Amino acid sequence: MNPDLVKMIFGRLNLDALPLHEPILVGTFAVVATGGLALFAIVTYFRLWSYLWREWFTTVDHKRIGIMYMILGIVMLLRGFADALMMRLQQAIAFNGADGYLPAHHYDQIFTAHGVIMIFFVAMPLVTGLMNYVVPLQIGARDVSFPFLNNFSFWMTVGGAVLVMMSLFVGEFARTGWLAYPPLSNIGYSPDVGVDYYIWGLQVAGVGTTLSGINLVCTIVKLRAPGMTMMKMPVFTWTSLCTNVLIVASFPVLTAVLALLSLDRYVGTNFFTNDFGGNPMMYVNLIWIWGHPEVYILVLPAFGIFSEVTATFSGKRLFGYTSMVYATVVITILSYLVWLHHFFTMGSGASVNSFFGITTMIISIPTGAKMFNWLFTMYRGRIRFELPMMWTVAFMLTFVIGGMTGVLLAVPPADFVLHNSLFLIAHFHNVIIGGVLFGLFAGINYWFPKAFGFRLDPFWGKLSFWFWVSGFYFAFMPLYVLGLMGVTRRLRVFDDPTLQIWFVIAAFGAFLILLGIGAMLVQFAVSILRREQLKDTTGDPWNARTLEWATSSPPPDYNFAFTPVVYDNDAWWDMKRRGYRRPLTGFKPIHMPSNTGTGIILAGFATVMGFALIWYIWWLAAVSFVALLAVAIGHTFNYHRDFHIPADEVVRAEDARTRILAAGAQT
Amino acid sequence: MSVAITTQSSIQDSEPVFHVIDEHAHPEGASTMLGFWIYLMSDCLIFAMLFATYGVLGGNYAAGPSPKDLFDLKLVALNTTMLLLSSITYGFAMLTMEKSRIGQTQLWLAITGLFGLAFLGIELTEFAHMIHEGATPQRSAFLSSFFTLVGTHGLHVTFGLVWLVTLMVQTARFGLTEANRRRLMCLSMFWHFLDVVWIGVFTFVYLLGMLR
Repeated sequence: MNPDLVKMIFGRLNLDALPLHEPILVGTFAVVATGGLALFAIVTYFRLWSYLWREWFTTVDHKRIGIMYMILGIVMLLRGFADALMMRLQQAIAFNGADGYLPAHHYDQIFTAHGVIMIFFVAMPLVTGLMNYVVPLQIGARDVSFPFLNNFSFWMTVGGAVLVMMSLFVGEFARTGWLAYPPLSNIGYSPDVGVDYYIWGLQVAGVGTTLSGINLVCTIVKLRAPGMTMMKMPVFTWTSLCTNVLIVASFPVLTAVLALLSLDRYVGTNFFTNDFGGNPMMYVNLIWIWGHPEVYILVLPAFGIFSEVTATFSGKRLFGYTSMVYATVVITILSYLVWLHHFFTMGSGASVNSFFGITTMIISIPTGAKMFNWLFTMYRGRIRFELPMMWTVAFMLTFVIGGMTGVLLAVPPADFVLHNSLFLIAHFHNVIIGGVLFGLFAGINYWFPKAFGFRLDPFWGKLSFWFWVSGFYFAFMPLYVLGLMGVTRRLRVFDDPTLQIWFVIAAFGAFLILLGIGAMLVQFAVSILRREQLKDTTGDPWNARTLEWATSSPPPDYNFAFTPVVYDNDAWWDMKRRGYRRPLTGFKPIHMPSNTGTGIILAGFATVMGFALIWYIWWLAAVSFVALLAVAIGHTFNYHRDFHIPADEVVRAEDARTRILAAGAQT
Repeated sequence: MSVAITTQSSIQDSEPVFHVIDEHAHPEGASTMLGFWIYLMSDCLIFAMLFATYGVLGGNYAAGPSPKDLFDLKLVALNTTMLLLSSITYGFAMLTMEKSRIGQTQLWLAITGLFGLAFLGIELTEFAHMIHEGATPQRSAFLSSFFTLVGTHGLHVTFGLVWLVTLMVQTARFGLTEANRRRLMCLSMFWHFLDVVWIGVFTFVYLLGMLR
């Protein structure tokens, strides 16, 4: 066949793109393919496709979208963690002349993919999922401001994840580190598809993230129940508001800087090149102007979760609500004034470094205030050490260590010694695992009964907790030691045999975390099997304080039959204290948004377009772009996007709940 | 705040009302204007990044052409006039929309579109001329950032035109319904936003470029 024609049809995609010569990848592919086929067969056998399409894929219900985000995050956690295990194993054995088991080409992709996946496709979906699920319930709303956009945002995030996963088996992923600094990431040094997978995976997912940020800001500003003034919002809603403001104010920066990088790669412009006036430092500055707010995007909602959990399980009003809110807002603002601390060593000079060093240290003040607020909430509280509270205590201990090493790194002269070392790696895993991930696990254990109507099994949960926490310390404390000794990050082999013991300990820690993740999966399975014993009939299994616990578990589609009226920032606690009686009559039809398949179709075209651009298949890119535009415009011709849940259906749902509550009260 | 709570609860202690009894559904699109504003601000941030990039790289000619060699201020002034006029005519479209005069609204929208097209035409002519002279986006970091900043604005105008046509079709088919008015308001904000960005481009890129 004519090679020009083949090139026109397939771009640079050919059979060599399949990694048939790498046994590890072939094995992985076999496992993934078998698993995928099995899943496909099961869904087909039980005829679940139409159910999934109608009730889940096309849903605009914020609760279901939230759950789908959580599933995405947990699935991607397995991938990201597999990468982590492989790196730990490689580093534990590549001593005394041994080359380890991973070739450099593969190893470099793994550390890049690990970072990208863990931040963008694990932490972000889990955080967004929880916000999506909980915020509308906490503010007494029936859905988010833009339900269709919510569905679209989710599928765009999935699209990005699909592209990144695809790079495992078709072509390769970037070998640049998770932020893809040029000139390494430019076309001259990375001519392959790796960086393009990186760019388009993040761009597709980034659209979803930005839109979901806008959506949640509007939801919180516009849809609060009557009486809920800003200073009566639950703290999780406050931190979600700040996080989404940060998303809207930082993700466009990422979009812009990745667009410039792609212009350099695709068109041959000179933004970040070394010649023709380009300036790679521009990229480093711009990407960290997004990157630093990003870590607060992740950790602020976790702070919100800890605030809810601490107050609930101490049986007390949160200590220092107002200071908590102000601390959150101050962190939000400061997060924009510290980005340069990520590259103190890259020639900014003493004055600039001092400024950014000081702003960085200042962030520890509001964060410290939060820590004391949680401590004082617990003080003289009647603390119940349920799983969410255990994760919170583990967080408080662990995060303080990570915060202090962060303040160490904020001192520019110290950073000159420690930058790019394993000390840094230990630091940010310390705050991201100890802060974000522990927070998410607290949140999952806390809100699971709300979402599914039964609690998570405490035995397997505790097992998972202890494996995770001890595994974390085993895995990362050695890295602090190694970093202080001057070992740099991203190394594949080592010369100094005395270092090996630390890497072996770290690998052992990673193995403990593996057991922790395994126990967590077992916890989900066991809880589903034992769901009758773990059932929550009250809607308020923890004797909690905020509005989401006022409705049933799981909540009906419309969340609240009547919009609640709020008098206190612990609205549900206030209702319980003052003898709230659930309304039993007078239900009316409820106005709700209708499901639509447009979101998944649009995201599908966007993903195809990304794939086509990665492989230079220009005709496919053009076709999918036109299709994208056509479907989007077509969607705007549909003016009927809502319906009413009839009153008798509401009556039926509410009567059912009345019976369950009555049965629960008798036993 | 605590004072407010106590007074409120002392009133409510007798018979607290914990839910809205006489409920009205949120009017459709109640958050749309706020949401669109926030979107515009996020878009503004993309332009801010491109302006910043131009600010840093705009003087890096790499021994290639500089603004003085390339810019034709008269042409740019004409172009600016086109865009500013299109904003005025969009304003007229909004005024006639308020009076529910559908024919006039459509007419002003069409005129707006023509001005937009003229703007794009002149811009493309300018680009073609520059590229013809060898001042391509690849030539220097100055030209990379110039073409990207001005081109991104141009792409926004193009997208605005597609949107304009779509809304004209929808207005023709379904009339000036509440939904269509809301959409026309959004496009109005978008269109004026592009005007404001262009003022920045005109001042910062073209006028200051000639002074450099």
